Amino acid sequence: MRITVDAERCVGSGMCVLTVGEVFDQCQDDGKVIVLRPEPPAETQDAVREAVDLCPAAAIALSADRRP
Amino acid sequence: MGESLYAVTTMPTARQPGCPFDPPAELTDARRHGPISRYTFPGGRPGWLITGYDLVRSVLAEPRFSSRKELMRHPTIDYGDIEIPPAPPGEFLLMDEPQHSRYRKPLISKFTVRRMRLLTERVERITADHLDAMEEAGPPADLVTAFAKPIPAIMICELLGVPYQDRGSFQEQVDSFMNGETSDEDLIAAYTATQDYLAGLVAAKRANPTDDVLSDLTDSDLTDEELKGIALILLAAGLDTTANMLALGTFALLRNPEQLAALRADPALADGAVEELLRYLSVAKTFMRTALEDVELGGQTIKAGSPVILSYHTANRDPERFADPHVLDLRRRDGGHLAFGHGIHQCLGQQLARVEMRVAFPALVDRFPTLRLAVPPEGVALRPETADIYGVKSLPVTWDA
Repeated sequence: MRITVDAERCVGSGMCVLTVGEVFDQCQDDGKVIVLRPEPPAETQDAVREAVDLCPAAAIALSADRRP
Repeated sequence: MGESLYAVTTMPTARQPGCPFDPPAELTDARRHGPISRYTFPGGRPGWLITGYDLVRSVLAEPRFSSRKELMRHPTIDYGDIEIPPAPPGEFLLMDEPQHSRYRKPLISKFTVRRMRLLTERVERITADHLDAMEEAGPPADLVTAFAKPIPAIMICELLGVPYQDRGSFQEQVDSFMNGETSDEDLIAAYTATQDYLAGLVAAKRANPTDDVLSDLTDSDLTDEELKGIALILLAAGLDTTANMLALGTFALLRNPEQLAALRADPALADGAVEELLRYLSVAKTFMRTALEDVELGGQTIKAGSPVILSYHTANRDPERFADPHVLDLRRRDGGHLAFGHGIHQCLGQQLARVEMRVAFPALVDRFPTLRLAVPPEGVALRPETADIYGVKSLPVTWDA
């Protein structure tokens, strides 16, 4: 699983941080989403999917891992 | 199909007697017929009522549904064809992009999860102080004035930089905007007084910046007029919503003693309990949108210009989304309630509200193990369904001293 975010869309609700704080944070300066773990550990992936669903601005996207 | 679509003829003004926590039966009935109903607005304008969870969420995420004040039509009062002015500068709840972002953007770093969590100790202190005062005064008490109102009020005022001594009069004015029972004349007087007060406050912050959100914002390209509008909606949102959640939430817990006992026994339940109370009570219960163009929604065509009523509290009781939706179950793990909305307007202060409630509910039930209503449940005075924010007017409680 690979996470990409669109900071332009982000409205800073903090739902991703609330849902899975080990993967997402908010920038101190502008409050927008920061991805701490773009390839989140397996045990967080259900919560990451929930964060994607909860994001009010649809600013988080998931893609499959690119394998060499 | 369109022929058989359910129509709601009048918007309910009251809940069923004995069901203070449930949406009016007319709305739950509408949801039973389907997630979208026809509703004719006063003056004969055709519109829509959305009660289904998925459809409410999709409207909120859809930029073709506008929040602009000048496009809104009142769902129950016929104002004729009068021209509605656009939202005043800074009041971004009633704006679309790009105006909305101009105001929301500089605010989001002030309300992050991290920043709000740093306020936990302060909330704990304020909560403990108010519980001490209740204990010292002894039973009975009105939980609204002793507990539910002051905690969020102190927090939002400190955050924004409203001096402590101004809080009381300010809170009364904001209460009159939200309680659904203020005459138009009094409403205008309260609004004017608030505007004047905030104009003075903005000028004071510009002259002597202090360590608060409003002072920070004076260091931007926002005008005084815009700052006044921002301050108004932040204060109004911060004062009335959480206060009503705390009081109505306590009422709901007292009416569900096994749930109250579970929360008291297990502090780890607090976070989930707050989410469930938000879903179950949804005090900010109704919002409006207007279609900017023809939009297909739930098998219907919403014509450009049509007003749409979004019933959050009914959507949060949607049986297709939440099992046994009318049951308060603090152990529920569904998530995704719409109590703070969805889309670009989702509540900016929601993480502050969470911190306040996660501290306040457990502290209250912990401090008073014998807390109970001091009046019969049907004697608790409720706000009318026409209020913007639902809740109790007062909550007489008592305990074994």
